[in-house]
Amino acid sequence: MSSDPKTTAAGHGHDHGHGHGHGHDNAHDHHAHDHQDPKWYSPARWLFSTNHKDIGTLYLVFAMIAGVVGFIFSGFMRAELAEPGLQLFNGTAFGGFLGNEHNYNVITTMHGLIMIFFMVMPALIGGFGNWFVPLMIGAPDMAMPRMNNISFWLLPASFILLLSSMFVPGPAGANGFGGGWVLYPPLSGSTGHPGVAMDLVIFSLHVAGVSSIAGAINFIVTILNMRAPGMTLHKMPLFAWSVLITAFLLVLALPVLAGALTMLLTDRNFGSKFFEVSGGGDPVMFQHLFWFFGHPEVYIMILPGFGIISHVISTFSRKPIFGYLAMAYAMVAIGFIGFIVWAHHMYTVGMNVNLKAYFVAATMVIAVPTGIKIFSWIATMWGGSIEFKVPMLWAIGFIFLFTVGGVTGVVLANAGVDHALHDTYYVVAHFHYVLSLGAVFTLFCGWYYWFEKMWGIKYNGFIGGLHFWLMFIGSNLIFFPQHFLGLQGMPRRYVNYPDAFSEWHHWSTIGYWVAAAATIVFFIGLLEAIVRRRKGEANPWGEGATTLEWTLSSPPPFHQYNDLPRFK
Amino acid sequence: MAGDVKHDYHLVKPSPWPLLGAASILAMMLGMAGYMKGLWFIPQHAWWGPLPGLVALIFVLIGWWGDVLKESRAGDHKEVVQISLRYGMVLFIASEVMFFVAWFWEFFEMAIYHTLRANPDHADLANNPGLVGWSEWPVPQTDGTRVHPFDPFHLPLINTLILLLSGTTVTWAHHALQAGDRNSAKIGLLLTIILGLSFTALQVVEYSEAGFGYDKSIYGSAFFMATGFHGAHVVIGTIMLMVCLGRLMAGGMKPEKHLGFEFAAWYWHFVDVVWLFLFAFVYVAPHIVWGSGAPAAGH
Repeated sequence: MSSDPKTTAAGHGHDHGHGHGHGHDNAHDHHAHDHQDPKWYSPARWLFSTNHKDIGTLYLVFAMIAGVVGFIFSGFMRAELAEPGLQLFNGTAFGGFLGNEHNYNVITTMHGLIMIFFMVMPALIGGFGNWFVPLMIGAPDMAMPRMNNISFWLLPASFILLLSSMFVPGPAGANGFGGGWVLYPPLSGSTGHPGVAMDLVIFSLHVAGVSSIAGAINFIVTILNMRAPGMTLHKMPLFAWSVLITAFLLVLALPVLAGALTMLLTDRNFGSKFFEVSGGGDPVMFQHLFWFFGHPEVYIMILPGFGIISHVISTFSRKPIFGYLAMAYAMVAIGFIGFIVWAHHMYTVGMNVNLKAYFVAATMVIAVPTGIKIFSWIATMWGGSIEFKVPMLWAIGFIFLFTVGGVTGVVLANAGVDHALHDTYYVVAHFHYVLSLGAVFTLFCGWYYWFEKMWGIKYNGFIGGLHFWLMFIGSNLIFFPQHFLGLQGMPRRYVNYPDAFSEWHHWSTIGYWVAAAATIVFFIGLLEAIVRRRKGEANPWGEGATTLEWTLSSPPPFHQYNDLPRFK
Repeated sequence: MAGDVKHDYHLVKPSPWPLLGAASILAMMLGMAGYMKGLWFIPQHAWWGPLPGLVALIFVLIGWWGDVLKESRAGDHKEVVQISLRYGMVLFIASEVMFFVAWFWEFFEMAIYHTLRANPDHADLANNPGLVGWSEWPVPQTDGTRVHPFDPFHLPLINTLILLLSGTTVTWAHHALQAGDRNSAKIGLLLTIILGLSFTALQVVEYSEAGFGYDKSIYGSAFFMATGFHGAHVVIGTIMLMVCLGRLMAGGMKPEKHLGFEFAAWYWHFVDVVWLFLFAFVYVAPHIVWGSGAPAAGH
């Protein structure tokens, strides 16, 4: 049982478990309930849910499915790029299944959109946010449980729209949209992609945006209004802080994307001239609007991960987080600055030099609050009694790899340097270090940290460790050589390349297969835990785990905190 | 302990509306894409394309908000829940504000920086004769004609006064409701609705007299989309106020608790403020900066 020093929470030791999707337990049969909690296999429980933990589970399952799709797409890319020439996208491979070079661009575009909107965001915000924000702040559920459910169900709808786009006309004579996840006109306009595919992509992102805005409003309201008595904002766990800031970024950034997408839609279908030079419009305006959303978006993907890392580092160092308030306000600063640096994605559009100077300076400033976070994590570990459990491996791996991505970010922030590196593999390597090796590592970190809490069963530590090491080696092998490729001048989004680039591309593809093995090990680990059903403890991590979720049973009761915890 | 709920939060019962709502939106989007380009069995320009999804969505919303009303009457909306709903509405309006930021940004950037864009240092005018248009504002239209902007001190000024007046009538209705004077509340609300409908009607008149085309230049596109989205919000706000009037007539809404009314009023004020920005920056400021040289259309 937890020996939480801070709380006198209700709900201790009341094992009330329900097999969340794993059907291992019928404990509630001997309860003196006046109502029965729904069985795990009840369809209504999952289709009509108003329970934050069930909705969180739905998000996690959805993110896994979308993640596998996105990961397979990257496999097509890496297999194609394994050597010069056309291997897969040559019109004949697998009976022409993958089509020609255009389909390579479609796969690239879809990989980006799927991983961002349907894997990282649903998993970190929808999955872990739904599961643990209410538990950590001592709330019985989200503020608007029904709206929470439509936030989820809009995602499959959006995903169907996106996937459908691959099978309907895009550019003349081909299917799908292949203009890259940034959707720049004129390539995304009616000259580049006149077919319905691009319209479906636009609608997909509209719907995903509505979903995220509704979810974000829910999180802000929940965190501002439903914290346990005594839990002031300055005592709130850092994961809740991170989701609060992320939610504000979503509410303020996504509507601007919606506006830009609507302009694109009317340009394509109703003759407006927003991005049409012939009518006095300017395609660069789309880039401004897009990146005003797009830059906060990259912080939307990483901030919840920052929150998770803080808890894991603190738990497995058996020390409170170093510089708690600075950690919280560093995230606030990152969120704020994230809104005023967008044009560093656009240095090569022909921007005024003074404007570039401003965006260079503002972008570099982000390194300050980010440095606060990195150094505070290290300071938390300093002198702690560190346990290298699986979540801690992912957390330390994250700190190392995110720092690599951060350093290349500072390089790219320089407009002069970026003129050479823009749209090269250096950029690809940079943002995969902060996302694929940053955000995704935090995601697995949270998965192993809360696995026992969510599912009430223990994972196998050896398999978890193997998953980490394979993923660490594989993803580094994929992306580290891409720095070299970028510096040599290999451009992004090309299906073929000269022989000179073949060596590092080859290594990168080998890295993909290692990462694929890691992903298989991840699912084996999940299956193993489900089959073995080692009964989980309320708090497997000991005194280092101090947040409220560890005061509850594993899995937590269907409705927790009927008697609100008092937070000192 | 387990059965005893000792807090005031509202644990909502499972509900089919979210799933059905998402399915309706999916159908509507697929239908809209079909209408625009033709998709599967929906031929291009089939007006009925988005209709099934839209109708289904309206049913879902009626069912959903009907449930909310039932829960409210059943006493589920305790003090703390009301605070949550208020925060939620404020944040929804904040997201709407950011949506309008996109349209204003587009208008400002194109209006203010058009000469910069036409600067030969930045654009290759010799090879892109279309860019010459960027040197003036409003840019020439694609058919070679000039844009004739509206005289802001004609219909737009009247519309401004109508919306400002409606802001006062809705406040009158609100205060009357709080004071328990239901008759005045109904009259105030009815007047607000009439003013809202008048605004929409005058916008339709104005649109029909426009001296520029929606699809002929960036000016027309930005003007019609910004004012058009505002108009759509006026219509939505008017519907919200109508629902409030209906509930008031049916005996709903208490002096101490009438969140639906408050939210409709907030939304109405938000629509009002957006209009003031439109009036100041899309109608008046260009008129002052670029002069009234171009005659107002249709007069």
